[in-house]
Amino acid sequence: MFSSRRGRLAAAVLAGTALALTGCAAGGNPLEPGDEASGDAETIIVGSAGFAESEIIAQIFAQALEANGVTVEFAGQIGQRDVYIEALQDGSIDLVPDYSGNLLQFFDEKSEAASSEEVFAALPDALPDGFEVLDQSEAEDKDSYNVTSEFSERNDVTSLADLAGLDVPLIVGGNPELAERPYGPKGLTDVYGVDAAKISFVPISDSGGPLTTAALLDGTVNIADIYSTTPSIKENGFVTLEDPENMILPQNVLPLINSKKASDTVKDVLNAVTAELTTEDLIELNGRNQGDEKASPDALASDWLAEKDLF
Amino acid sequence: MNAFAEAFVWIGDPAHWSGPDGIPTRLAEHLGYTGLTVLIAVLIAVTLGLYIGHTGRFRGVSIGATSALRALPTLGLLTFLAIAFGFGIRLALIPTIIVLVVLAIPPLLAGAYSGIESVDPRTVDAARSMGMTEWQILWKVEIPLALPLIIGGVRSAVLQVVATATVAAYISLGGLGRYIIDALPVRDYTKVLVGALLVTLLALVLEGILISIQRLTVPAGVRAIRTTPSLRRQRAYGRNASAASRAS
Amino acid sequence: MTWVLANIGQIGDLTLDHVLLSIPPILLGFLLAVPIGWLAHRYRVSRGVLLTVCGLLYTIPSLALIVAMPTVLGTRILNPANLIVTLTIYAVALMVRTATDAFDAVSGDVTQSATAVGFGAWRRFWQVQLPLAGPVLLAGLRVVSTSTVSLVTLGALVGMSGLGYFFTNGYQRNFATEILVGIIGTILIAVVFDVLLVLAGRILLPWARVDAAARRNARTARTKAVAA
Repeated sequence: MFSSRRGRLAAAVLAGTALALTGCAAGGNPLEPGDEASGDAETIIVGSAGFAESEIIAQIFAQALEANGVTVEFAGQIGQRDVYIEALQDGSIDLVPDYSGNLLQFFDEKSEAASSEEVFAALPDALPDGFEVLDQSEAEDKDSYNVTSEFSERNDVTSLADLAGLDVPLIVGGNPELAERPYGPKGLTDVYGVDAAKISFVPISDSGGPLTTAALLDGTVNIADIYSTTPSIKENGFVTLEDPENMILPQNVLPLINSKKASDTVKDVLNAVTAELTTEDLIELNGRNQGDEKASPDALASDWLAEKDLF
Repeated sequence: MNAFAEAFVWIGDPAHWSGPDGIPTRLAEHLGYTGLTVLIAVLIAVTLGLYIGHTGRFRGVSIGATSALRALPTLGLLTFLAIAFGFGIRLALIPTIIVLVVLAIPPLLAGAYSGIESVDPRTVDAARSMGMTEWQILWKVEIPLALPLIIGGVRSAVLQVVATATVAAYISLGGLGRYIIDALPVRDYTKVLVGALLVTLLALVLEGILISIQRLTVPAGVRAIRTTPSLRRQRAYGRNASAASRAS
Repeated sequence: MTWVLANIGQIGDLTLDHVLLSIPPILLGFLLAVPIGWLAHRYRVSRGVLLTVCGLLYTIPSLALIVAMPTVLGTRILNPANLIVTLTIYAVALMVRTATDAFDAVSGDVTQSATAVGFGAWRRFWQVQLPLAGPVLLAGLRVVSTSTVSLVTLGALVGMSGLGYFFTNGYQRNFATEILVGIIGTILIAVVFDVLLVLAGRILLPWARVDAAARRNARTARTKAVAA
């Protein structure tokens, strides 16, 4: 789809080979940061986080930009936020879809912002210089703690606030990095007063996907972090625990971009996309990606653009 | 080098020496996966290797097959087994051990059959002419003489399994790989380095132990006549082969 | 099967990327390992050190090495060089031992004869030792090639392209077919590389098939390299 990508990898492989040769032979470093790939202003490298929904949104961004004459390269499934932010900062990518609340907390763990508007307003100050977010979409996908309906009934738990009074050990399942996040097990202790000794954590590297669901169903874990747009929550009748203290901030989808690449055309295109994207769209797209259809992110992106009659 | 200093500080911190994510627990898990894997793999591969070496049958096939096993991408096989047979993360140990056994088989098999083959055919013929049965030849002549090479295969297998058992963490198991897989998404280089250092240290310690065992298993007779020129060749071969396994 | 047909474009792209990422470490590993192996063969002192260092390199978990590369090389985190350098290191670690054996296996009588008829060290290396070591070197290279192609899949864990993408992606959406396609693709690439290397060997080393000793040496070397 993005014709330039192949050429880019070939060139990069050559450069890498040269680097390996000289690097091993002389310990030199011919690749100064900043002299490759993303140098020219017309090309935008679109990256995505290491889970399917991010890749689907990134594909939507990429295809929309390409339809408007912007040269696009694509670097999918880079990793989690720490990784793609670093990739953004070192120029490996220029644009990535992100989620407002977690993005804010990443740069400002102490932020007091609670509502979607407050979070969005706080972002420009929190972001490092040279990077900005464009309009946020109403579409939201956030971390959410889920239990089986049986667990919920038996223990009378419908909210994170109920967990502190529970005398069952909590086995939390989620992506490995959840252990380090302010809304992870630490947050359950700090914000909701759950005894840390009662919590254990099972890392499952599928970003709240089918294995996390299976682990919750078979009892390997009894509470799981599943992204709120994942169709399996509804399909399995999981109970998403309420979060009265707003430990998990609102997470509206928005483009995070290198300011140098944020031309008027780029802004207009991306803002038109985010204006149309809804939470229901995300649930549907994820369903088609993970369900029986196993549709690829790039096919889903073109379908969505066609359906919304964009570009 | 600063990174190394930080990694050593991390390792030295008493807080990291207790609890479910502490170094002793992770180390024990890692050793557990390694031990179980090597045990199963030895049963399969050494038996096969002894058969191939003793009978001389299927040698070509086995080289091809072990080489093909190497082409199997570990991560692919692991994720495939984990989801294709519904092991999920509850039974994650099963796919993990299968994958590691697959990895351990080639060096063990090659060590066993090249060990048996390195035994001078004249020695075997002599044993046969003394009226030994094939079992006796295998157990009393071939295996003792092949033991250093067989243990050499075990060494390679152990090293590879120790280094690769880190992938178990990708499907939610423990072991030292946990430090690497957990630190990867948050780019905590110190912790990645801690994982790598501990794995490498563990490999070195196991290597040391196995080298000692390998030395002890050289039969007394062979050791005594090492100075005899005609036998030096065989000794040199044994040394080469063990060095070859060290290369892994 | 429907999935394969529907995604044939992506499968092709990732296969091509996989091939592109596999070739440099194999070639570089070979080019670096031959001189190192020769040094280890030629100078007894260097032998122990070189072979031990190579053995050590192989015990470093590959993921850790890839992640450390941007810091070591000063590269960007998505630069393919990170993967290429890492895999080159493993290729060298694996190949040096075979290369040393390859030169060891060249008969001392032959080398001495070459010296006796007036070959200098340089000419002796290129015209006598290297060609005679060829079959064993090729045996080692085949193993390096296979293992490199398989290791490229790890790049998927750090955002690199290649067939490993199907492993992480398939795992995340519980889709075994996708993973299987990645496994089969990886094996096919390894097989094609192997066939090409064998063909190249037949063309470049025509004597290897005739000479029984060379054949035996190559077979032993392959066994050892597989075992390593």
